[in-house]
Amino acid sequence: MRYVDEYRDPTLVQSEVHHLKEIVRRSVTVMEICGGQTNSIMKYGLQDLIPKEIELVHGPGCPVCVTPLELIDRAVHLALLPEVIFCSFGDMLRVPGSQSDLFNAKAQGGDVRTVYSPLEAAQLAEAHPEKEVIFFAIGFETTAPANAMALFYALRKGLKNFSLLVSHFLVPPAMEAILSSPKNRIEGFLAAGHVCTVMGYEEYLPIAERYKVPIVVTGFEPVDLLQGLIMLVKQLNEGRYEVENQYVRSVRREGNHSAMEIMDKLFERSDRIWRGIGSLPMSGLRLKREYQQFDAEEKFSLSHIQANEDPDCISGLIMQGEKKPFDCTHFGKRCNPENPIGAPMVSTEGVCSAYFRYSRKSGGATESAGQ
Amino acid sequence: MNSCPLPHRNFERVLMGHGSGGRLTQRLLDEVVLPLFDREQVNDHHDGATLELPGGPLAFSTDSFVVTPIFFAGGDIGKLAVYGTVNDLAMCGAKPRYLSCSLIIEEGFLISDLRRVISSMAEAAKECGVRIATGDTKVVEKGKGDGIFINTSGVGEILRSSKPQNIRPGDQVILSGDVGRHGLAVIASRQNFESDLKSDCQDLSKVVLEIIKSGFEFHCLRDLTRGGLATNLRELAVSSSCGIVLHEQTIPVCDSVRGACEILGIDPLYSACEGRMVLIAPKASSSLLLEFLSGHPCASDPRIIGEVVQDGRDPLVLRSEWGSERILESLMYEQLPRIC
Repeated sequence: MRYVDEYRDPTLVQSEVHHLKEIVRRSVTVMEICGGQTNSIMKYGLQDLIPKEIELVHGPGCPVCVTPLELIDRAVHLALLPEVIFCSFGDMLRVPGSQSDLFNAKAQGGDVRTVYSPLEAAQLAEAHPEKEVIFFAIGFETTAPANAMALFYALRKGLKNFSLLVSHFLVPPAMEAILSSPKNRIEGFLAAGHVCTVMGYEEYLPIAERYKVPIVVTGFEPVDLLQGLIMLVKQLNEGRYEVENQYVRSVRREGNHSAMEIMDKLFERSDRIWRGIGSLPMSGLRLKREYQQFDAEEKFSLSHIQANEDPDCISGLIMQGEKKPFDCTHFGKRCNPENPIGAPMVSTEGVCSAYFRYSRKSGGATESAGQ
Repeated sequence: MNSCPLPHRNFERVLMGHGSGGRLTQRLLDEVVLPLFDREQVNDHHDGATLELPGGPLAFSTDSFVVTPIFFAGGDIGKLAVYGTVNDLAMCGAKPRYLSCSLIIEEGFLISDLRRVISSMAEAAKECGVRIATGDTKVVEKGKGDGIFINTSGVGEILRSSKPQNIRPGDQVILSGDVGRHGLAVIASRQNFESDLKSDCQDLSKVVLEIIKSGFEFHCLRDLTRGGLATNLRELAVSSSCGIVLHEQTIPVCDSVRGACEILGIDPLYSACEGRMVLIAPKASSSLLLEFLSGHPCASDPRIIGEVVQDGRDPLVLRSEWGSERILESLMYEQLPRIC
């Protein structure tokens, strides 16, 4: 399969690993931003292949993981309203709120539907004028244009029964928060290829400059990740701190203008709470004032629903690179994919879930066999 | 009043994931169902139970079919209901003999669709050489069913022992063909995706009977239904107290399934099949079995995909072509399309 097989080619993987071993000169700590990259690293066992000198730290780029608890509670509340059809990407259904999750809301009679595209949700609103259709618009810069497109569809069709529960995050403010922390150990970033496909990478230039940190825009396949690491190690060896692009088959420096244009029409930057991390200034997107009638939080007056994190979950520290999942005393025990206490144990892109599924070293839920 | 046997607040109600065939299904059985039955009497380690009777051992199995849509590329609920139970009996090393058929039909279901489903069942039963010996029909009010649900149970005479406890270190794992087609074909039908994918649903009893008749040695057979290759092999590994190591590059997945899985974020190793099986066999007979399967119409690109080991680092491990390893867990929930 084109664009897949060549980036999983075993000979190329082995030669890139060999190359990396040849050039690495000292211990380095590198963060891959995106949960999709973390998942690939674990799935393809890259952590065991690369030189021990390279420590990979897993960043906060998993939208499921950083969506705050109270927003899950608000989603569950909406899903249980009799007049509502609540639409979401599949990953979000299992994320635990403070009391329940969307799967349980569905089991209690809520009309919760998994959609493959935000447009499906807008089309549902068109087909069911007697219902209020809400789409859980979550994600980073990657999903924002598609969510904006759904709203455009609703506007064009004059739909009044469609709204978005928005939880959009932006990558660069999170990188700056990590870099400006006194505990920061990150010496280089693999930036998220999909995010940069939309946004380009010009906004990363001042970050690299200000914090003197190399950044390589990187894809998601094993060869992509190894090449990204090679480019990063070379920069570190040479004392450079530039923004380079490994993911050239998808990313252009200036990004995708049409996608950014549609985002800018509907969304504006705002402060956002990141689950486990806290509030970061101007780190997210919200609907512009003129589109507030499509904002489910305004439409259904949800601000009274508040929630506090489980104090036992250290996911914030994990996503900022200060801890590893194995450092958590609850990993694989009290917290496992069947019974997650924190969101990173839920999504396929969540770092704790990836560690649990692919490289569990200790603990783990008991297991028996049978049909 | 009995206290609720489910200890966790998340599971006060049955969720869709409890029917996924993975870990959650197992928890429901372990925590709710089996403690209330006489556990010794329930064989939960294989596709069917072995009943010791004076005339010889019988295999007994049951399965319910709730697929949506009921007609999908490559099959329908009727065909699936016959093949499903027939295949489960065959996996017990049995020649399937008789089936029962229970229909639960929703008020308003089209008689023409019912005829189509039943004709399909009759045709499949004829093909498999089984008799539908008894049945039951119930109708539920509109809105209290989803068109039609079918349960089939079956009995067959056991010709050869096939159970996880027979599995031994050194055995090899043979896969009868490419994986993941049924699960993806149903998703494609459900979502109206344009695709050339067809379900692989088919009778496996004929090929099993031929293998038994030819005298090829094997220790255990398993058809790869819910939970796919990974979940089913993990169950076998855990039941046999052995480890299984798979070699990633040997597992065939057709391009249509791979492509759809890449787009949807689904792992083909967890996607259901309805006409594929694994054969766990001693090394001495595995190449003979492979040769036999290679010429058989029910197989498609059969391969030896791994081996059984004494002490694995985990019950099921997948080894990549570049030497890394990863654990293959049981399916946790339903497979969920990812966000980005």
